[in-house]
Amino acid sequence: MGKLENLDFKKNSLRNINNFLQNIDFKKNLREFVIRNPSGNHAICAGLKEDISVNIKGHVGYYCGGMNQNANITIEGNAGTGLGENMMSGLIHVKGNVSQSAGATAHGGTIIVDGNASSRCGISMKGVDIIIKGSVGHMSAFMAQSGTLLICGDAGEALGDSIYETVIYIAGTPKSLGADCVEKKITKKDLIKIDELLNIGKIKKIKSSKFKKYGSARKLYNFKIDNVSEY
Amino acid sequence: MKNKRQKNSTKPRQSWTFDEYTNSEIRRAAETGIYDIRGGGSKRKLPHFDDLLFLGASMSRYPLEGYREKCSTDVILGTRYAKKPIELKIPITIAGMSFGALSGPAKEALGRGASIAGTSTTTGDGGMTKEERGQSKTLVYQLLPSRYGMNPDDLRKADAIEVVIGQGAKPGGGGMLLGQKISDRVAEMRTLPKGVDQRSACRHPDWTGPDDLAIKITELREITQWKVPIFVKIAGARPYYDTALAVKAGADVVVLDGMQGGTAATQEVFIENVGQPTLACIRPAVDALQDLNVHREVQLIISGGIRNGADVSKALALGADAVSIGSAAMIAIGDNDPKWEKEYNRIGSTAGAYDDWHEGNDPAGISTQDPKLMKRLDPKKAGKKLSNYLKVMTLEAQTIARACGKNDLHNLEPEDLCALTVEAAAMARVPLAGTNWIPGSDQKNNLT
Ligand SMILES: Cc1cc2nc3c(=O)[nH]c(=O)nc-3n(C[C@H](O)[C@H](O)[C@H](O)COP(=O)(O)O)c2cc1C
Repeated sequence: MGKLENLDFKKNSLRNINNFLQNIDFKKNLREFVIRNPSGNHAICAGLKEDISVNIKGHVGYYCGGMNQNANITIEGNAGTGLGENMMSGLIHVKGNVSQSAGATAHGGTIIVDGNASSRCGISMKGVDIIIKGSVGHMSAFMAQSGTLLICGDAGEALGDSIYETVIYIAGTPKSLGADCVEKKITKKDLIKIDELLNIGKIKKIKSSKFKKYGSARKLYNFKIDNVSEY
Repeated sequence: MKNKRQKNSTKPRQSWTFDEYTNSEIRRAAETGIYDIRGGGSKRKLPHFDDLLFLGASMSRYPLEGYREKCSTDVILGTRYAKKPIELKIPITIAGMSFGALSGPAKEALGRGASIAGTSTTTGDGGMTKEERGQSKTLVYQLLPSRYGMNPDDLRKADAIEVVIGQGAKPGGGGMLLGQKISDRVAEMRTLPKGVDQRSACRHPDWTGPDDLAIKITELREITQWKVPIFVKIAGARPYYDTALAVKAGADVVVLDGMQGGTAATQEVFIENVGQPTLACIRPAVDALQDLNVHREVQLIISGGIRNGADVSKALALGADAVSIGSAAMIAIGDNDPKWEKEYNRIGSTAGAYDDWHEGNDPAGISTQDPKLMKRLDPKKAGKKLSNYLKVMTLEAQTIARACGKNDLHNLEPEDLCALTVEAAAMARVPLAGTNWIPGSDQKNNLT
């Protein structure tokens, strides 16, 4: 192990590839890496810690970039369930579509998806910024606590169900809103944040003025029996 | 006026069905319009370890000398896949109890006590505190559905990881922490606004079912470089299948929590009506391990109502590798101590019955985030009490094991036991005392 050409799933194991990327030898002064033939393997680039760039040439399975810290990961393909779950910082950019629970419980950093995201995108997110250039599936931002979910397309049913303090910006339309999720007034600060995210995602086709904002009505924050049908 | 009661009138009779407690609960519900929330485990009388007895040595078995002949108590957890299994001096661990439910000093006390006694503690919903990591020599870090406070730095500091699927008090339910206890520190660790009622999710956000779990476990192992053991904690719901599926998903250790198991807070109706008693869970779980040929390779930790060395030895005799305690550890460090009786009365309770832990007014300063109350607990003294208690439990278990002729607690076996009731005999699959009858043993398919 150690040689770059070995970051190839045809030649090496998940453990060896991750181990290499988790323990970068900075004396070699290399910070850019390419993973070949990922072939839908799971947990690729899970637990990376350093400020490195990894380009994955193909599709990845579950939990790609799980709990990422600092690394900049690009996936030239689609990603399975739990992309960047519990990520702390860094950037994950998926050029294709992503499956369920992208960015689940992620605390920080940025996730960019060029295609669509399936259901429960940003579930329980805790501070990450998620930029979806396409649409998201049902129950996205379920119990989302903090951070921003920007959706350029539409959203499935029950967007933002039981949402806490996450802010959702959406250019299209949600099929329906979940419990306690309401539309909110766009402020100047929101427009600045949207522009910032559009900029990060290199999205030029849609103007920030097209977005609507959704967030918590904060009515379910403390239990009241009269709200019981909402739970 | 004179009592007009006739000579032969019957005495006023309370209903068994509508007893005092039931009626008070009906009145409470009618008045408040909300279900009862409380901490602790099931309070009803359930078949339990008390319904089992050890036979002891006799003509056909000879005992070991009480203080001279060795009786080992140590246990290694995580031998299946982990590079660094956990080595414990005693087979009694401290169960996961969240920071938030318990105060920082209470977590510290648990860490201190467990470390002195040579065992581990477990984090809980709400993340790893420096108090606990600092004091606990061996710390198990829980991965819960809420993922409050979950982060890779703490994950890498853990000596083992416990994926929580369920808790015996509430199989299928998530955690609950009401606004009163969400202090600044708790709120920050959970990334929530201060003072909101926090209801943790009951399912993990990024996986469902055993096939996904296998992948999740792989991810956790990748992040921690296959060093530390991965525990899977299940509630006593379907112990045979749940244990088998946890093994299939790649668990190093299965933690099985029966319905007497405590919780920080959930609905009373949940605590008392969902799940199976601890006693009923052990044999099916051991069956699953044996059927898969991994008994002792995948360790089984049993919890839910463990109180003393007798309970420990009975659980081990039925096939567990270790037990875990929550409620008992709280009592050992001072929870529900009668010395606070006046204060318990003031908040409408009494020592021994106090379970409104979610309200955060604990006079003993344990299940609270109130700085004044918290100060009442001296973590050093409380830690010492916990270690004393753990040592007593261990000695008790050794006493029983030696009396049964065993030089290791893990050599205890069902053969050493009989049952006092038909129910316990059926659940533990040991003969009813005075007979050789094991109810249900004639049925081939005894799986649950
Ligand atoms: C105050 C308290 C808090 C708890 N918090 C958690 C938790 O955060 N995660 C968890 O898996 N179990 C939690 N439990 C359950 C315990 O881990 C354990 O399963 C249970 O206490 C064992 O039963 P016992 O109380 O009869 O010993 C908690 C229990 C108590 C009493």
